[in-house]
Amino acid sequence: MSDKPEKFIDENGLRLDGRRLNEIRPMKMEIGVLSRADGSCYLEWGKNKILAAVYGPRELHPRRLQKSDSALIRYRYNMAAFSVEDRIRPGPSRRSIEISKVSREAFEPVVMTQLYPGTVIDVFAEVLQADAGTRTAAINAASVALADAGIPMKGLIASCAVGKVDGQLVLDLDKPEDNYGDADIPMAMTSDGEITLLQMDGDVTQEEFKKAIEMCKEGCLQIFEIQKETLRQKFTKLDDVEISDDEDNVDISTLVENSLESSVDDEGEDSIVVEDTEDDPGQDIEVEEDQDIEIEDEADEDIGPEKEEFIPEAVDLDTDQEDAEDIEVSGDIDDPCLVDGDIAPEDDGRTA
Amino acid sequence: MSNEVMSILKKDYIYNLMLKGKREDGRTFDEIRDIDLRTNVIEKAEGSAWIKLGETEILVGVKLQVGTPFPDSPGEGVIITSMELNPIASPEFEAGPPKENAIEMARVTDRGIRESGAIDLSKLCITEGEEVWIIFIDIHVLNNSGNIQDASSLGAIAALLTATVPGKREGRGEDIPLPIRDMPISVTLVDIGGEVMVDPDLDEENVCDCRITIVSNQDGSISGMQKSGDGALTEEKLLQAVSMACQKASELRETHLLDI
Repeated sequence: MSDKPEKFIDENGLRLDGRRLNEIRPMKMEIGVLSRADGSCYLEWGKNKILAAVYGPRELHPRRLQKSDSALIRYRYNMAAFSVEDRIRPGPSRRSIEISKVSREAFEPVVMTQLYPGTVIDVFAEVLQADAGTRTAAINAASVALADAGIPMKGLIASCAVGKVDGQLVLDLDKPEDNYGDADIPMAMTSDGEITLLQMDGDVTQEEFKKAIEMCKEGCLQIFEIQKETLRQKFTKLDDVEISDDEDNVDISTLVENSLESSVDDEGEDSIVVEDTEDDPGQDIEVEEDQDIEIEDEADEDIGPEKEEFIPEAVDLDTDQEDAEDIEVSGDIDDPCLVDGDIAPEDDGRTA
Repeated sequence: MSNEVMSILKKDYIYNLMLKGKREDGRTFDEIRDIDLRTNVIEKAEGSAWIKLGETEILVGVKLQVGTPFPDSPGEGVIITSMELNPIASPEFEAGPPKENAIEMARVTDRGIRESGAIDLSKLCITEGEEVWIIFIDIHVLNNSGNIQDASSLGAIAALLTATVPGKREGRGEDIPLPIRDMPISVTLVDIGGEVMVDPDLDEENVCDCRITIVSNQDGSISGMQKSGDGALTEEKLLQAVSMACQKASELRETHLLDI
């Protein structure tokens, strides 16, 4: 599969899919999409389709895993077998275990775990379709799902990657850039710009890295806006609509089918689930207060026009390059063990 | 980080030392513990290295076998890196399949070697699309006294530098030295209360807010990076860590690898 494009950036400074160097792919989010979960979020970012769910804080078994002074966060990043070109074997791989670990650590600084000692907060991020940057996409979805679940947090986490193609730094790599580019630096940060996830592979100089952080910050700011807007849409609506009015439950299958043709602006209010997802009434008070504060802070700003600004232009996703995508595993930060079971010894099953 | 139990007194002690610009074992913030590196310690392996970093001891073995290449790189050899946190190394380690810590560290080591292009994989092709050399880098941790990450990657590149491709044994031509082009070195720093320090020992690793590993190459470029641990890192501290790591890496390269 060596169809490396000759040039990633054309003479006008545009990338293969028509984006500028510092432009992220179109992103669409929907929250409260799963009725049983305490919080959930469905995210489409480029061709990535991610579903994140949060359960908890809930009782943790086995008890020996309980932490006496705080809640335990568990994060499971999982790719569906059909999410990539060549089917991948279901279940945890070395890659997904590593991603789960660093993603969990990306949330540790903001989730106020000390409020729920002895419990667990489970975050599940399912990659339904993968197209470069799934770990960052999963974090963006999980962040909103945590907020949707009413988990007290110091703030949201946004994540995106900076890469290097044709010797230039670009924001939010797409598939060809990820596969054939010279570097990939996924990062996650708080709204203060503190870095909570950082990985890197490839080849960059110190100066380039410095610039990469700045670019990533820019990208994350845009993502924060989309995340906040998504939350605002659900929770401001809660104020003026009776819960009982809710009849339009969003069906995930329709969500997944609908491609990105409609930008965020197009979704009417009716696509948002207004639903009481809280199973634990004791948690409610905490939850609502927390959310309210967040929302009211932002409510003063003039949301409308600002939002326009932050939504990147819709991109025609049905280009040839996109179709020629490689499988996720071989292009990502990775060792090739995952790709071919014949050669790779299965470390996971090995005993000492 | 590990789950080792730390007393609050110990945490305070290390934190207060940091405020005075000191560390428990008397090192400065940019000082790496003594390194003892010996290569070719296992005759049966194609390349090997035993490394002692402070009290941390690690053995790295390199084996080569003939195998099939991956479909997306038919003309290139294959690198497979694994790490075993052997139960003899720490009361915290248990036998069994690798857990997330071991997997993470093995993959960071692997990425450093792979992404720097340290091994000329195109020279490890025997017949394109059919037969290539597969390099197995196996890292055995013998004693954990902190910073397994740096000891592993230094041990791994040292073992690779001494490795031979066993052409005769496998009936694939002559024995040749493994084609090495670069020497990626990882340097790990921890952030304790807002100060970054290199080469954490076990206690520092246990109390730190977060840990950052930076892999850099001979030309000073960065080929890998990983933040690990629960804390967040400011941009300022990160950039400070990066420049400190690059400088330390070139010192390590000069003192330990150039004469192998």
